[in-house]
Amino acid sequence: MHLTIDGRVVDAVAGQTVLDAARAAGIYIPALCYHPKTGKAGRCRACVVEVDGLRGLKESCALPVKDGMVVHTATPKVMETRRMVVDLLLAEGHHNCISCQANSSCELQDMVYHLGVERPSFLIESEPTPQDLSSPGIMREADKCIHCGRCVEACQNGVVNEVLAFAYRGSHARVVCDDDLPMGDSTCVQCGECVQVCPVGALVLRQPREQKIRPHETTATRITCPYCGVGCQIDLHTRDNRYVFAMAHENQWERQPNKAMLCIKGRFGLDFVDSPDRLRTPLVRRDGELVEASWDEALDLVAERLKAAKEQHGADSIGFFTSAKVSNEENYALGRFARAVIGTNNIDHCARL
Amino acid sequence: MTNSMDEVLKAKVILVIGSNTTWNHPVFGSLLKQAVKHHGARLIVCDPRRIDLVDFADIWLQQRNGSDVALLSGLQHIILREGWEAADYIRERTEGFEEYRKALEFYTPEKVEELTGVKAADLEAAARLFATSGVGALYYCMGITQHSHGVDNVKACVNLALITGNIGVEGGGVNPLRGQNNVQGACDMGGLPNVFTGYQPVTNPTAVEKFSKYWNAPLSDKVGMTLTQMIPECGEKIHALYILGENPMVSDPNLHHVEEGLRKLDFLVVQDIFVTETALLADVVLPGVTFAEKLGTFSNTERRVQLSIPAIKPWGNVRQDYEIIADLAARFGHAFPRTPEGLFQEIRDLTPSYAGITYDRIREVGIQWPCPTEEHPGTRFLHAGKFARGLALLTPIAYRPPAEEPDVEYDLVLSTGRIYEHFHTGSMTRRSSILDAVVKTGHVELHPDEARKLGIASGDRVIVATRRGRIETTAMVTERVARGSIFVPFHFAEAAANTLTNDALDPIAKIPEFKVCAARLERVSSQGG
Ligand code: SF4
Ligand code: SF4
Ligand code: SF4
Ligand code: FES
Repeated sequence: MHLTIDGRVVDAVAGQTVLDAARAAGIYIPALCYHPKTGKAGRCRACVVEVDGLRGLKESCALPVKDGMVVHTATPKVMETRRMVVDLLLAEGHHNCISCQANSSCELQDMVYHLGVERPSFLIESEPTPQDLSSPGIMREADKCIHCGRCVEACQNGVVNEVLAFAYRGSHARVVCDDDLPMGDSTCVQCGECVQVCPVGALVLRQPREQKIRPHETTATRITCPYCGVGCQIDLHTRDNRYVFAMAHENQWERQPNKAMLCIKGRFGLDFVDSPDRLRTPLVRRDGELVEASWDEALDLVAERLKAAKEQHGADSIGFFTSAKVSNEENYALGRFARAVIGTNNIDHCARL
Repeated sequence: MTNSMDEVLKAKVILVIGSNTTWNHPVFGSLLKQAVKHHGARLIVCDPRRIDLVDFADIWLQQRNGSDVALLSGLQHIILREGWEAADYIRERTEGFEEYRKALEFYTPEKVEELTGVKAADLEAAARLFATSGVGALYYCMGITQHSHGVDNVKACVNLALITGNIGVEGGGVNPLRGQNNVQGACDMGGLPNVFTGYQPVTNPTAVEKFSKYWNAPLSDKVGMTLTQMIPECGEKIHALYILGENPMVSDPNLHHVEEGLRKLDFLVVQDIFVTETALLADVVLPGVTFAEKLGTFSNTERRVQLSIPAIKPWGNVRQDYEIIADLAARFGHAFPRTPEGLFQEIRDLTPSYAGITYDRIREVGIQWPCPTEEHPGTRFLHAGKFARGLALLTPIAYRPPAEEPDVEYDLVLSTGRIYEHFHTGSMTRRSSILDAVVKTGHVELHPDEARKLGIASGDRVIVATRRGRIETTAMVTERVARGSIFVPFHFAEAAANTLTNDALDPIAKIPEFKVCAARLERVSSQGG
């Protein structure tokens, strides 16, 4: 089906929302509480649009597409509402983008920028709330929270760890861990799902912050988690050829095995790749000690000793442990080496362990 | 797994046995909790420990360690007695029913209560729930396989799924959760002593001929030795070992034996990213690279072949693992492909189930094998309509107790496993600053009753002793373990659980009995006093 958005004819499929269709066509509509993984929440009104034939403003994150629909995303009424949404959020919080970890990857900042808001219309004086640094992996900053509810929904119903919830009423409403405990003392399992969906800098990873590297300075590459058999798809963020942080890969998340979720190991357990303990050169034993050697020395020695063992005791006197951590290609190569080069089926790995 | 992970959302009833899912496969654990919380699935958890999933369960069966066959057979006994079995499915798709039924007669609820400690009434309720709720899915992990009768355990799971008609059905299946990111792939690639890639037996002359021709080399048609058989043969039948990315000095049972064995070798090569406990014993150590530095495919627990892209350029005098193997092969006059894609092409040529998968097809989303042609979309669940062997065999299973049971001297049941924050031998997670900060070292879980009896409090240093060894570690008093049981995670070399474990093996799968052995606890000293 087709609809018209701001005068452009746009493709859509049944079941999509107007927001989905607009985004797929590259038309910007801000959406602060909606996230593809947590669904519509109808909390923020950032996403309102006008539709011919429908009265008033409509939340595009909750509006199903209809063939022939004519949508306007930038009418004066729409802009006025967005402006009000932004004004209130900026006034309530402490949004100091200058020092924020989310600077350049913040959906509120994007929205303000698109609206051309230079400064908030008003300010509400309030005492800053201290940052919550109790959790080793995640920093919370309540003053940057825009109460969109994504993290609560994700923690309660996505990863179902049931830690985050809204507490207190009215202007005191806040997201809390368990009975308002510091995150590090709560039942939080540090899966990082809440960080993954938070649109602003209220929930951020500490790893990049401690290295003073913001998201836009990194390159993301999709890898497979090296730990359990779920095979989570992870965007590994690097800078200068070093690990910085990890996020779940979100592209086509519904078709990925992990649905863009991770656990503590995939989220925080990958910095070993840069460990100073990494073995960086071949070693051979000389006079009882393991000492550095060249590749030719090491490989010649291996070849020579394997040949000797085979000649002396036969191919079946040599065994191979392949690995559940290396790739299929490498497992195949070692299998071919054991079978075709050495001539033994003595090959196994630790599937049983 | 016979089925895909997200099919759990379509199951009406789920039985989890021997898998602490939310710790060991946390993201699948989340899908499972979604199934219960949002899709109305009923959940039965069978586990000696009060694992976190119990909070989401309709029924928790707390069987004694090592009594899984009795528990699973008890459920089947009740299902047949009540006539809840899928009679048409059994008739059309299985064989061996009569003998199987006879073997089940032994497992009356009363007998099962005696063997497992599970109340007959709870067993009846679980049997009713599993058999009468609709599509049922079964998930298991090392808690089922790591026993001296692990193969029986698995067969008992399969039997249960078969008589309830749940294999070859969307949302059902018998689903082993694979513990490491490429266990599935290592098996698919023939990293086993009895099969080539794609499970083509080394004893099948046609397969031998095919591989021999393709590799242009004569091949052995004799089944090789498993890892757990090779270790005790070191210095006897085995004179040289080549270990790629494994650390048996922490992961294998009865570590004293492992060390003795490795020291008896004429020659030991270790190819790894760290100087592991095992590499310290090697004659040559070859530096490979990590997952983050590789191009290549990994196959997850649901048979999904996924492409991983290098995120970091390796530096230092290291080489890609496939390069190292090719360099060695060259010294024997064999030319191996020198790119991952070249190797993958050989895999496709030799392995029908991978033949249709190309790097281009899986650049964004992986494909689940079997995928025989480039037009084939891959396979979400196996055995739809027909089993590879025609009819599925219902196997009669006799009950066997664990190889070692508690006695006067060693009065506790010890089981080992993983914790949420760490992985396997710890060589990776313990070098991750955050994970290391969260959990620094090992511990032993014990029940408050035991703690009271022995005068032990959380944080006390204690000795865990078995017939094979002893370790000193810290006590953690928790109701997660049953009375009379203790649990030690195996990630920590300084308090290596595998100094304690029994290397009794399953007679067929050669899996060691990590989940049950007899142990004793002693107090060392109180914290600060
Ligand atoms: S890290 Fe995970 S468990 Fe912790 S609060 Fe966030 S979503 Fe919940
Ligand atoms: S912490 Fe972030 S995700 Fe959670 S409610 Fe606040 S702004 Fe939204
Ligand atoms: S992120 Fe966690 S659940 Fe996902 S593959 Fe890695 S270890 Fe498994
Ligand atoms: S995104 Fe639509 S109401 Fe918030």
